[in-house]
Amino acid sequence: MFESLSTRLQDVFKSLRGETRLTPDAIEAALREIRLALLEADVNFKVVKAFIDRVRDRAMDTVDDGILRGLVPSQQVVKIVRDEMVALFGNAEGGLQPSAKRPRVILLLGLQGAGKTTTAGKLGKWLTKQGRHPLLVSTDVKRPAAIEQLNVVGRKASLRVHDPAGELEPVARARSAVAEANNLGFDVVIVDTAGRLHIDDELMRELIAIKDATDPSDRLFVADAMTGQDAIKSAGEFNARVGVTGVVLTKLDGDARGGAALSVVSVVGVPIAFAGSGERLEDLEPFHPERVVSRVLGMGDVLSLIEKAEAAITEEDAERLEEKIRANEFTLEDFRDQLKTIRRMGPLESIIGMIPGMSNMKELAENKPDEKQISRVEAIINSMTVEERRKQHIINGSRRKRIAKGSGTSVEEVNRLLKQFVQMQKMLKQLGGMAGLTGGGKKARRQATQMLRNRR
Amino acid sequence: MSVLNRLRDSLTRTKQQIVDRFDDIVRRADEPDRRSRSVDVDTIEALEEVLISADVGVAATDRIVAAVKRRPRDGSSLRDLVKQEIRAVFAAVDRPLAVTDRPKVTLVVGVNGTGKTTTVGKLANLLKNDGQRPLICAADTFRAAAVEQLEIWAQRAGVDMVRAREGSDPAAVVFDAISSGKARGRDPILVDTAGRLHTRVNLMNELEKIRRIAGREVAGAPQEVLLVLDATVGQNGVTQAREFMGAAGVNGIVLSKLDGTAKGGVAVAIATDLNLPIRYVGVGETIDDLVPFSADEYVEGLFEEKW
Repeated sequence: MFESLSTRLQDVFKSLRGETRLTPDAIEAALREIRLALLEADVNFKVVKAFIDRVRDRAMDTVDDGILRGLVPSQQVVKIVRDEMVALFGNAEGGLQPSAKRPRVILLLGLQGAGKTTTAGKLGKWLTKQGRHPLLVSTDVKRPAAIEQLNVVGRKASLRVHDPAGELEPVARARSAVAEANNLGFDVVIVDTAGRLHIDDELMRELIAIKDATDPSDRLFVADAMTGQDAIKSAGEFNARVGVTGVVLTKLDGDARGGAALSVVSVVGVPIAFAGSGERLEDLEPFHPERVVSRVLGMGDVLSLIEKAEAAITEEDAERLEEKIRANEFTLEDFRDQLKTIRRMGPLESIIGMIPGMSNMKELAENKPDEKQISRVEAIINSMTVEERRKQHIINGSRRKRIAKGSGTSVEEVNRLLKQFVQMQKMLKQLGGMAGLTGGGKKARRQATQMLRNRR
Repeated sequence: MSVLNRLRDSLTRTKQQIVDRFDDIVRRADEPDRRSRSVDVDTIEALEEVLISADVGVAATDRIVAAVKRRPRDGSSLRDLVKQEIRAVFAAVDRPLAVTDRPKVTLVVGVNGTGKTTTVGKLANLLKNDGQRPLICAADTFRAAAVEQLEIWAQRAGVDMVRAREGSDPAAVVFDAISSGKARGRDPILVDTAGRLHTRVNLMNELEKIRRIAGREVAGAPQEVLLVLDATVGQNGVTQAREFMGAAGVNGIVLSKLDGTAKGGVAVAIATDLNLPIRYVGVGETIDDLVPFSADEYVEGLFEEKW
């Protein structure tokens, strides 16, 4: 997410790198590029104007009194842009504010197609992980099959969906869900509302009626990351009429630059509570403004990556793996486990976006990782016998043929995998050798000696 | 209400925001004594703001502004100059669709939530009223309740639908629909596909497979591939169009939800950058609210009267 914007800004700062100090001309040149990048990222026109003015003021100050002279010019600008962006996003962390209400009612608002129903499922799943017991209800009686869609989402997420048969009045549906939650001990009610367009007075009246009937502590505005300059108007309208307490930003796994995020937060003045970044029901996480700013500026999102890895890998798993690498016992079975772990972390592309420096690799953008490829590799390994997985050197020609047949791949693919695996084993051997400085290959020893020599 | 009126009516809302802010500046620029002079910096800046706020995008805005600056005014109003420029953009990409073999297969693609299913329903209705005998193919086997939603639209339009179970192979459903369409003499076949982000390689490959199957059954099919864009979409709309052109051979755009406050200015950017024509416009929530795109009406609606 935001890759393109980070790439743009990095280009801007590259041009500043040659300068020894910030000059007014250099600042103006950088500001022009930043302005263009922000506009192309769909940041609202007025927000861009205000943002550029603030950055200019602060940057020009540094030319005058040189407070930041310790930093090179590009770093100075990065620092100012970063500070101002954090200010723009709001300093509030994402997630839900604490509330003592039982049941806690969460209203999901937004335009058609923003992703409200999907968000209802994802949010329910997230709350379940937090130890809460959510009940879902749809009040969208207008869009064909909207209620059915929430039922299906609920089934997939193993969440209870309240669907009073025959009740087609939105307010009554919401009210009966709250009553149901009270009776059955659910502590959160997620209300999925109808979409439509915000100029629709009828919908606004309906939302206000639902709000009055259920007294929701959270009114989350669901916004599509791909939305354009109109975002600010729709968010503003919902806020003025119903009152918005937070924003859920959806479809961030695309390549939308998400400038709408910057705009909505700064204009409506509410924080982004959650960000949706994939099609799986787990792909919703509390929003971290600091991290996204870092990502915009191309520093990667190491924190998020670490958290994801932690959630997917247990500590024992990690220790066992390290042990194996040390003892040169890394087998095809372990390799398959690793692939599974990576998959548990979410879509490959969103993971790669979090690695510092990866987001601006042009080759990567053209050569996107193919999730299918992982499935094929897994299929190949699954088609081997246990013995073959542990000792890949016994895999001869006829075994290769059998494996290819069994996995629906070709012998070439099996060959390629085995070759890559052997290379990987060699690499790991060296790493293991380096770590202990015992054993290891010739190359590892040579590198170690080289390192010692350099130190002297 | 006539089609033209309805389109104009929906664009009036669109127009409102643009017009209100811009009105004063343009009125001043169009005062008789200034019509002979070149357009001043303030006006240019205001024009830029209007266009960018309409999601026209930086590149297309620059092009339009540059053209306006270049033109001798000769007493014409600024409004006419801008209108002419935008109309020229659409005129340059307008071309009829070539269909040699029958039935015509129309693939409807797009990212999640832009209104593909709704568009298929409305399009079926539009074509049926036009005397054609469309068949709907529900190839969105991924999204929960997508098939049910389409079924309701099909009933409203009074058009038959070929469906498959959730989770089955979309290409197989397309194959079924084409065979059934040939047998029952239905033409065109309207295929609703699952929403997918253009960054997902495997899902984009799935479209490729659908194309291949369609092409095997009818030479040249799918003859028409429509990308549905939400009128609220920003500059990412251009990226979407580019990616879907590459992966699915998109040759036309449907601008949905133009009845909101969004201006759908990205249509101008897409025409400028990618040479893609806009085919239909969704202007409301009832089944009759899909109309063939008309550049003149779009531009007139966008920039009419007041300013």
